[in-house]
Amino acid sequence: MSMTATATLQTITRADVEDFLFAEADLIDAWKLPEWLELFTDDAHYFVPSTDVDPEARPNDNLFYIADDRFRLGERVKRLMKRTAHVEFPHSKVRHIVGNIRILERDGDDLKISTSFIAHRTKNAVTDVYFGTGLYRLVVRDGRLAIREKRSILASDGLRQQGRVSFIL
Amino acid sequence: MAAPLKKVVDNDRLVDDDREGQRFRVSRTAFVSKEILALERANIFDKVWLYLGHESELAKPGDFLTRSVGGRTLLFTRDNKSKFHALMNTCPHRGARVCRERSGNAKSFQCFYHGWVFGLDGALRDMPGKESYPPGFAERSTSSLQPAPKFDSYRSFCFVSFNPNVESLPEYLGNAREYMDIVADQSEAGMTVVGGTQEYSIRANWKLLAENSYDGYHAATNHATYLEYLKGTTGGLVPIQLTGSGRDLGKGHGVVEYRAPWGRPVAQWIPAWGDDGKKRVEAIYDNLMSRHGKERADRIALYNRNLHVFPNLVINDIMALTVRTFYPSEPDFMTVNAWALAPVQEDPGDRSARLFNFLEFLGPGGFATPDDIEALEQCQDGYSNLAEVGWNDISKGLTKETPSFDDEAQMRGYWTEWNRRIYGA
Repeated sequence: MSMTATATLQTITRADVEDFLFAEADLIDAWKLPEWLELFTDDAHYFVPSTDVDPEARPNDNLFYIADDRFRLGERVKRLMKRTAHVEFPHSKVRHIVGNIRILERDGDDLKISTSFIAHRTKNAVTDVYFGTGLYRLVVRDGRLAIREKRSILASDGLRQQGRVSFIL
Repeated sequence: MAAPLKKVVDNDRLVDDDREGQRFRVSRTAFVSKEILALERANIFDKVWLYLGHESELAKPGDFLTRSVGGRTLLFTRDNKSKFHALMNTCPHRGARVCRERSGNAKSFQCFYHGWVFGLDGALRDMPGKESYPPGFAERSTSSLQPAPKFDSYRSFCFVSFNPNVESLPEYLGNAREYMDIVADQSEAGMTVVGGTQEYSIRANWKLLAENSYDGYHAATNHATYLEYLKGTTGGLVPIQLTGSGRDLGKGHGVVEYRAPWGRPVAQWIPAWGDDGKKRVEAIYDNLMSRHGKERADRIALYNRNLHVFPNLVINDIMALTVRTFYPSEPDFMTVNAWALAPVQEDPGDRSARLFNFLEFLGPGGFATPDDIEALEQCQDGYSNLAEVGWNDISKGLTKETPSFDDEAQMRGYWTEWNRRIYGA
């Protein structure tokens, strides 16, 4: 990562953000999920809303696919690293393409980021495509970027064909 | 198609119900055959009552939604007098889907092809070039959006049937009503579908999901990670054993009813919900007590129920409340829609806890449902060995007087009805 350990919210560039999100995608694709989890702050959230709600909808009163706080995200990672997480045993093969990365605004301590993502997942010789918009809230922690919120908004009509969102988007 | 279809039915026994031999088996042909699927469409989906939606989904006059049910495309509306209508979403003129939006609020619907305009009740209101049609054309019953042949609701659960001669909905639901009542009685203000639909699909035969939805036997292995998660969560469990019974409700409906260690928003508290949560759960319980008495309040609050209404409606009243329906487009492919149901005017803290609970287990991103999906798809894959290994075993608890929640009595009831309908007996 090109970022120095002295980065601040004001000095972060789009290139810094791109490097960070590409590295994040690599960790997911390599199933290095415990390392991926370290990218998140202690108060982080990970959301995959259902596709018929407002992109800004809250999981308190809307049914999502995934609405993890940091504790449950940790449990998700633990689960996905077990052989008994049957849907991901053996682990599917996954590749993320993250593009159209933009810094939307610097909002207090948060950097609001928008991306487009495409993820391909293959298991049992069946390949599915997941695509949509990634919205991030990043913060600078100990001079490095960290994820406070990751919201992966699927652009497809639900999960028809894919049937599950069992890996990390 | 006619010849092989006949052969399947005449020459193969699909359900082997041998009580003397203490054996109950289902042929794996039932899960892979296109001919069987055609029979299921003709003898089941075209004949029975099918779940359409919940009245709460159309909260105001003018609200509408479009939905695929039983292979049809339907337009479900609430007119200005708050009357509900289930309309076949096809223009009587040339056939185009008239409403192409998922949901909304409207005064009328205009077909985009030639411009015919229909009211919320389906009546033809207007069309371009009216003067070229004979007098009284618009008033002909064939000129309006056609209603589903049958439409009715029970405790706000709305159903349609494409069979004009189907028995009444209450008769059809039969003993399942007792369990739908338990859901509807959870709140005196009524129940509502929460915003957001889980829409997914499974590359497996639809009947596998029917079985899976009230299969108490698979939890320990298939959902090991979910149970480990609960155990690893501070205050995630109360010390209650999984115990209960399974019941064949007749007419293909079935249920399992059981105690379980997880939290129930209505109303079994777990320490993770804290003291505030405890007060709220106690208030919910007290309200149930005052309305229903202790016995029924305990049943509503402390027992879980996985109800299956033949052929494709699941109402699971477990760590959250989900309504799920599914339909096969191919023998090895089904689409699934799932909703969260909750009391109207639920306390925001309870609603939040309910949905957090829901996602812990349920749905394509939960800690359990994805493993169910994997199991169903692996079963379907396994049926490629059909010629050598041709039967599923469904005999667990066959000889018991009172089958347990993790026996298979409810599934035997399902298969018995399925068999009766397929064979037209």
